[in-house]
Amino acid sequence: MFSEFLQYLFTGITIGATYALIALGFTLIYNASHVINFAQGEFLMIGGMATVSLTAMGVPMLLAIVLAVVLAGLMGIALQRLAIAPAKDANVVTLIIITIGASIFIRGLAQLVWGKKYHVMPNFSSDEPIEIFGAVLNSQSLWVLGVGAVLVAVLVYFFTRTMTGKAILATSMNKDAARLVGIRTQMVLMLAFMVSALLGSIAGIVVAPITFTSYDIGIILGLKGFVAAAIGGLGSGVGAVVGGLALGVVEAMAAGYLSSDYKDAVAFSMILLVLFFMPRGLFGAKVVERV
Amino acid sequence: MAKLSEFRLKGLVFLAVVVFALPLFISNPFHYSLATQIALIAGAVVGLNLLVGFAGQISLGHAGFFGLGAYFSAIMTSHYGWSAIPALIVGAIGVGIIAWVVGRPILRLKGHYLSMATLAVGFIIAIILNNEREMTGGPDGMPVPAFDVFGWELSPFGEYSLFGMDISGDLAWYLFAGVVLLVAVWLAQNLIDSPIGRALRSVHGSEVAASVVGVNTTKYKSLVFVISAVYASVMGALYAHFQGFITPAVAGFEFSILLITMVVLGGMGSTIGVIIGAVVLELLPQVLADFQEFEMVLFGLILMLTMIFMPKGLLPTAANFLAKRRAKSAGGNA
Repeated sequence: MFSEFLQYLFTGITIGATYALIALGFTLIYNASHVINFAQGEFLMIGGMATVSLTAMGVPMLLAIVLAVVLAGLMGIALQRLAIAPAKDANVVTLIIITIGASIFIRGLAQLVWGKKYHVMPNFSSDEPIEIFGAVLNSQSLWVLGVGAVLVAVLVYFFTRTMTGKAILATSMNKDAARLVGIRTQMVLMLAFMVSALLGSIAGIVVAPITFTSYDIGIILGLKGFVAAAIGGLGSGVGAVVGGLALGVVEAMAAGYLSSDYKDAVAFSMILLVLFFMPRGLFGAKVVERV
Repeated sequence: MAKLSEFRLKGLVFLAVVVFALPLFISNPFHYSLATQIALIAGAVVGLNLLVGFAGQISLGHAGFFGLGAYFSAIMTSHYGWSAIPALIVGAIGVGIIAWVVGRPILRLKGHYLSMATLAVGFIIAIILNNEREMTGGPDGMPVPAFDVFGWELSPFGEYSLFGMDISGDLAWYLFAGVVLLVAVWLAQNLIDSPIGRALRSVHGSEVAASVVGVNTTKYKSLVFVISAVYASVMGALYAHFQGFITPAVAGFEFSILLITMVVLGGMGSTIGVIIGAVVLELLPQVLADFQEFEMVLFGLILMLTMIFMPKGLLPTAANFLAKRRAKSAGGNA
């Protein structure tokens, strides 16, 4: 009984940590530019796919990971420079469609380069699962949780202790005021997209051994990240982490105790329920609208 | 105002000419089938535009209502022996009620939270259709009987005569879909010019200002949500009977995205514009299919570039361009 529960909890927290990282990526870009980036999932796909194909070409694992993350970072910059910046006057829906166009484009490129097949990535360390109170924990899950925790710590440090991080926060609060105190806001936007892409690609790499990877894996992962960010409250870092973990655990419990066919329905009902009672998510800022 | 409605009437006449002139230029069944499909989807997009373009509310789950209409009609006609028209009407009423119940709490949300909630509703509908295998056939889909009116069947494979002329089933379906689209447009334009339409546009302009001058914004937003859902349901039902076979993809996320993309690409708030959006986005994959493995890259690229350089959409940008040129040449003459 308990071991079963623990098993679902492990699965939930692992996938939840991935959702949390994607949600953080959403949050970063949303804070800096108020854009919901529907191409967020593609960064995960690029991270996983590039690592798999580079290692297959004989590049050592660690170097492959670094190269894949750099590639994703460059794509993040390109996305902001070439697609978002030129459309600065566009309204919210138009920007959403632009990022959807970008995600189809990136997916198309990935399909050209890597084909439509599923790719398998080996675990980082041993394939031997760990047993705790009768539940089985995949060693890769520890990697996901560990890397996730480190990234969150780095982000907290970045936003509270570094000038660049504070510049991003300042821009998200008031773009004009930030510009007045000498922050180069265009630079900040680019940086936000880049950091978001780095986060996404790292999440994509550590989770790839568990989920496998293919050119179209970004759609559903990106969507789940958006759900997690909305549950937590768009723009809130804490919300993104809590939302991601909550979504992962609820999904795993629903799959385990109810029905795996309906696990996504449970996740989407959860978001509706949260929004009915808290229209700005769990940790969303109370914004007073100025008219 | 008189000028505005005159402009709208021109749009309707223009559309009618295009719809009825098209059969002079195409003849093969594949083209008719494509044109019928476009007309039916365009009808749903016209309804969605009322919500997005006029009331300024985003829906990323509209295919859910399209799919509900399609499956309700399919299930009632094939499992319960209903005739297509009552199935279509009851389905539309049911979908309207669902939209009303769901819409009240959802439409309090703003911006991205509203997108998220509509997306969630669409997803839940698609998941149910995918999993209730006994009723819907699950992911493999289900066959749908032909559309029948008082015992008379409309099938793409039939032979009919109209005003003494023999016409093929493909052409008959196309003409029927074209007329449905024209009616859909006419109803939408009437709604836009009515007091309800003015209230909706005020909500789009500024919801707070609208409520200050006494517009019951919640009521009007729910109303237009219901209307657009009913549009989707009716078009979905017709689409199901026309195709003869449906899968849960008609309710899926990607189809929802396609519908809203048609609205934005064609030009939010312009009824003729969004129809152009539907035509372009349905024809584009046909054209790009020749590029085989490059299809996806090109589709994404074209979508991105169009929206970057024409953020207002195809028709408004083109109209703007023409107006500027006319102003320029008029200035030159003076």
